[in-house]
Amino acid sequence: MHVEQISVFLENKSGRLSEVTGILAETGVNIRALALADTSDFGVLRLIVDEKEKAVAALKDNGFTVGKTQVVAVEVEDKPGGLHRILEILKSNDLNVEYMYAYVKHTAQNAIMIFRFDNIAAAIQTLQAQGVTVIDGQRLYAI
Amino acid sequence: MIYDMEFETMPREALEAIQLRRLQTTVERVYANVPFYREQFQKAGVSPADIRTLADLKHLPFTTKQDLRDNYPFGMFASPMDHVVRIHASSGTTGKPTVVGYTARDIQTWAQLMARALMAGGATRGDIIHNAYGYGLFTGGLGVHYGAELLGASVIPVSGGNTRRQVMIMKDFGPTIITATPSYSLHLMEVAEEMGITGKDLKFKYGIFGAEPWSETMRAEIERKLNITAVDIYGLSEVMGPGVAIECKEAKRGLHIFEDHFIPEIIDPRTLDPLPFGQVGELVFTTITKEAFPVIRYRTRDICSLNPEPCICGRTHLRMSRVTGRSDDMLIIRGVNVFPSQIESVLMDTEGVTPHYQLVVDREGPLDVLTVRVEVSEKMFSDEVKKLQAIEKTISKNIKELLGVSATVKLVEPKGIARSEGKAVRVVDNRKL
Ligand SMILES: [Zn+2]
Repeated sequence: MHVEQISVFLENKSGRLSEVTGILAETGVNIRALALADTSDFGVLRLIVDEKEKAVAALKDNGFTVGKTQVVAVEVEDKPGGLHRILEILKSNDLNVEYMYAYVKHTAQNAIMIFRFDNIAAAIQTLQAQGVTVIDGQRLYAI
Repeated sequence: MIYDMEFETMPREALEAIQLRRLQTTVERVYANVPFYREQFQKAGVSPADIRTLADLKHLPFTTKQDLRDNYPFGMFASPMDHVVRIHASSGTTGKPTVVGYTARDIQTWAQLMARALMAGGATRGDIIHNAYGYGLFTGGLGVHYGAELLGASVIPVSGGNTRRQVMIMKDFGPTIITATPSYSLHLMEVAEEMGITGKDLKFKYGIFGAEPWSETMRAEIERKLNITAVDIYGLSEVMGPGVAIECKEAKRGLHIFEDHFIPEIIDPRTLDPLPFGQVGELVFTTITKEAFPVIRYRTRDICSLNPEPCICGRTHLRMSRVTGRSDDMLIIRGVNVFPSQIESVLMDTEGVTPHYQLVVDREGPLDVLTVRVEVSEKMFSDEVKKLQAIEKTISKNIKELLGVSATVKLVEPKGIARSEGKAVRVVDNRKL
């Protein structure tokens, strides 16, 4: 039920992010979600793309350090308290969120958030048991 | 097991008495037989009669690689050519090689010391030794060979190269000991694995590795892949060849120097002053039994420290730490001598970190500031910023602990470090001194 995310190491110098987006555009890879976490000297770019292997190969060819991580895509009700409800479930079950960010597209009524957990299997199980919709990779790209 | 119980476990007092007697004899011989040494001693105002205690060694002048080059090829020999039975040479990266000679007794001494070394590393009579050190002008192959024969082991003089054939021999002959450079042993296992053979299919128990710098991380990898205990051996042709110092398999913590034949010193490469035990500096050797090619206070350029603590194996000889690099590359940061190779070994010993790095030294006001730029490898990369920051902190802490200098560690992209003709530029010194 998980989604595979790619992450890219970037030095904090101008133009690096657009270099990544440029490489992916040339390769014909579509970026579905993107989040950049940075410090004063480096950043980690996290991406969900439609063609992961192509993206990884192209970035590596261009000398970037690339990693792959399993993350979870979760439907969040698009109304006040929607995200809060999910975070409460996670908190009361001691499930630690390393980070999260929004997915670009929506389903019919709901927003989609990407979560990175320590313990991905337990997180998926808990969320599903509480009636939260977890979206797998195939369906996510089709949205 | 200990090959030469009497000399290897000799009480320090008796050992030092022998050292003094042998040193005095050597100094007299070089003064009488080698014009270079006679001139150097005279310039320094010392004569052989001035060596009354071991501490007097420090009055003698140093000998450098350049001195050996200046006396190319046989000018440093202390025996007439009709007593020299063997000649070796070390490859010079620039210009002429360094040429060394051995009398029949030198060859015998060398074999004895190599037999001691092999036994300290786990070999004994009845073992089959796969000797993958190169045979030829390089001292590695023949040095191990003579020691192995004297020990009564069966030596396979396989030398370097033709790796697939070596793997076949390893599998079919069942050698129990391997002697090779650490990097070649890993290459051998890579090829073996391609041929469907793992460490468990081989009979190796011990390995004796040297002739290039390596790390504890590399030792762990070799021990795992070959399914053996691995020890470090040290030597250089100017002093003798392999078998100057050896790690015992019992402690695997530093290499015992065969002090009944070589007197080691550690000096500050900047001031040339001798340094106390435990301090890192340049290793200097005086040979005290060599006939054809004795050296007096030879500056090896190798960086290490000396440890006088007693060892669990019972040997009384001092231990030198792993060689971490060359003195030529020394930087002085806030008054502390720093060798890039020391930083490299910190990186190599940090889990997942590849030693692609660059040291940048700046001066901010009156202070030197050291920045260590480390390329991010896939192995150490994480999607979590805090893990990457933790790696930076760990490296910085290890540098502080081992070298005593504060450094800012910055992760950079692969190929983020400037290369000059394919080689990484290791040091950028921005200080205007
Ligand atoms: Zn020992």
